[in-house]
Amino acid sequence: MRSITYRDALKEALIEEMERDEAVFLMGEDIAEYGGAYKVTDGLFKQFGKDRIRNTPISEAAIIGTALGAAVTGMRPVAELMYIDFTAVGMDQIVNQVAKIRYMVGGQLDVPLVIRTQGGAGRSSAAQHAQSLEAWFVHIPGLLVVMPSTPYDAKGLLKTAIRSDNPIMFIEHKLLYTEEGEIPDDEYTIPLGEAEVKREGEDITILATSRMVLKALAAADELADEGISAEIVDPRTLMPLDKDTIYNSVKKTNRLLIAHEAVGRAGFGAEIAALVVREAFDYLDAPIERVAAAPVPVPFAPVMENFVIPDTPQIVEAARKLVRYEI
Amino acid sequence: MSKPSKEQMLFMYRKMVEIRQFEEAAGTLYQSGQLPGFLHLYIGEEATAVGVCAHLKDDDYITSTHRGHGHLIAKGGKRDRMMAELFARTTGYCKGKGGSMHIADKETGILGANGVVGAGIPLAAGAALSAKIRGTNQIAVSFFGDGATNQGVFHETLNLAAVWELPVVFVCENNRFGMGTPQHEHQRVEDISVRAPAYDIPGVTVDGNDVLKVYAEAHEAVVRAREGGGPTLLNCDTYRFRGHHIGDPGTSYRDREEVQEQERQRDPIRRLAQVLTEDEGVTQEDLETLEAELANELEEALEFAKNSPEPLPEDALEDVYADEIQP
Ligand SMILES: Cc1ncc(C[n+]2csc(CCOP(=O)(O)OP(=O)(O)O)c2C)c(N)n1
Repeated sequence: MRSITYRDALKEALIEEMERDEAVFLMGEDIAEYGGAYKVTDGLFKQFGKDRIRNTPISEAAIIGTALGAAVTGMRPVAELMYIDFTAVGMDQIVNQVAKIRYMVGGQLDVPLVIRTQGGAGRSSAAQHAQSLEAWFVHIPGLLVVMPSTPYDAKGLLKTAIRSDNPIMFIEHKLLYTEEGEIPDDEYTIPLGEAEVKREGEDITILATSRMVLKALAAADELADEGISAEIVDPRTLMPLDKDTIYNSVKKTNRLLIAHEAVGRAGFGAEIAALVVREAFDYLDAPIERVAAAPVPVPFAPVMENFVIPDTPQIVEAARKLVRYEI
Repeated sequence: MSKPSKEQMLFMYRKMVEIRQFEEAAGTLYQSGQLPGFLHLYIGEEATAVGVCAHLKDDDYITSTHRGHGHLIAKGGKRDRMMAELFARTTGYCKGKGGSMHIADKETGILGANGVVGAGIPLAAGAALSAKIRGTNQIAVSFFGDGATNQGVFHETLNLAAVWELPVVFVCENNRFGMGTPQHEHQRVEDISVRAPAYDIPGVTVDGNDVLKVYAEAHEAVVRAREGGGPTLLNCDTYRFRGHHIGDPGTSYRDREEVQEQERQRDPIRRLAQVLTEDEGVTQEDLETLEAELANELEEALEFAKNSPEPLPEDALEDVYADEIQP
């Protein structure tokens, strides 16, 4: 084992998969000499050349459409969209083309396409550079959605995503790039659709995604000091979703708190809540609660941004309430 | 100017008749309520698809539009499997999942008709990129209408394909209307090929209802693409003899006389018949024999389609994902 950053973990995955398979190539805005807006592809053009690390014009729809055309004709592109906010610019290609082509043509075409992008708030990037839009994509049949929270998950899941014949939204978090974590020295991959219990507990399940997993783990430490034992479940891939791990955890703890950075309204947490109510209703000793962003655009001022985006204290507070809940 | 041999001319005549017959039959079936969905007929525009596709090999790629039947037949799509798709049968190209606007055939490089105006354009660039990276000498052709040239992806893709010198031919079919909007109301340019210099690629306009002229200009563009000379914008001046789709009589936004005049003067099939009989020693009888043979074949295609099984309702749940991921 060794400790590396989330950024380097992603980069290792890209390097290993490009070395393994000639069909893999990268395209996106400023991914070559500049190294990507968040430096994930830094230096790769020196190793692989600019035919495989392709700078594109600032044309999100054409980036996705071109990557799709390459994907259905024998290549395995990894297309980078600089910010998840800009998926909106290329949305027709993602939603109406990438997601649906396999189905529309009766299964004739595989779509081995990874769209790497990053979201999340916390750097005063304001309303157009800090959203968490994963629910948009989970909602679209035909897409898979991956949201790694650790370097280990980032590397293992990106390698699997590149090998998949399905189109995948691979959503990173801008504040996770510098986070460090242990990864094995040997090659490994992580299957899609396997949640991970990041910390075991007895009293409450906290289901968290992306950077919120780190905050949930911090919350679990605080809760432990008060004698509350929280179990932290990270689905890691929102589609396919490992429902069993979630149900089993809730059946054990009898309480569920969902924490995500996206706006709560019609967010991914609503889906989880509906599933758990149906599958584990009899096991619940308290209502399901959500900790999520306030339903406003992400503000610029740090004080306002901190107010809007949920943090560890809110998770602690919500968990406490659920544990004390009397039927 | 590249001139086709007599055999090639006869081949193109055959293809145009195949298209015309298919469209007339489909129109009749649709009007009698036997076909679900939308139907956009290509009648009058046959020379464009046929003159271009005459230069393509089986493994070259095309992307098509909502008005796609002509492109597909010209590229080698089989009328029986296309008709079966219009009837929503399991033997259709998309097993009844796509219908008229989504027919694709991996075997003949048809990457799909498309329900979103302009959306196939980047797909073709991507297929061309794939061919270029793989070094296969394949090329890609994208067909689209005048209306599509106002879409962002048209401009984005021409620019990207120019920068990357992709082996792709962009074929605009200017039938003078985007649905019911005449060209002069939707763009200031009349000759759409003038948009090519903006991307520093060759642009040329041709009488799209003269298959020999289309053939000659397409030859230049296809050779350029195949020999590494990059993309071309080939603008074909054509006319749609029928309404935008079945259900639109096509007379509220244009004069009946104008349509009749176009049909009299510019029918691409009649024009080629004239050349064949006057200059190539083909008799009227020869042509009639060929047409009868193709009509029989279409009759068989219709029988095939009508006698094919309908999908089961639950077939709807298949082909969403590869790798046995459940939707
Ligand atoms: C993005 C989008 N907008 C609108 C439509 C509805 N629509 C279908 S065909 C069409 C006209 C397209 O005109 P053109 O590209 O010139 O092709 P033509 O129908 O003349 O062959 C329109 C507006 C659509 N399918 N997709």
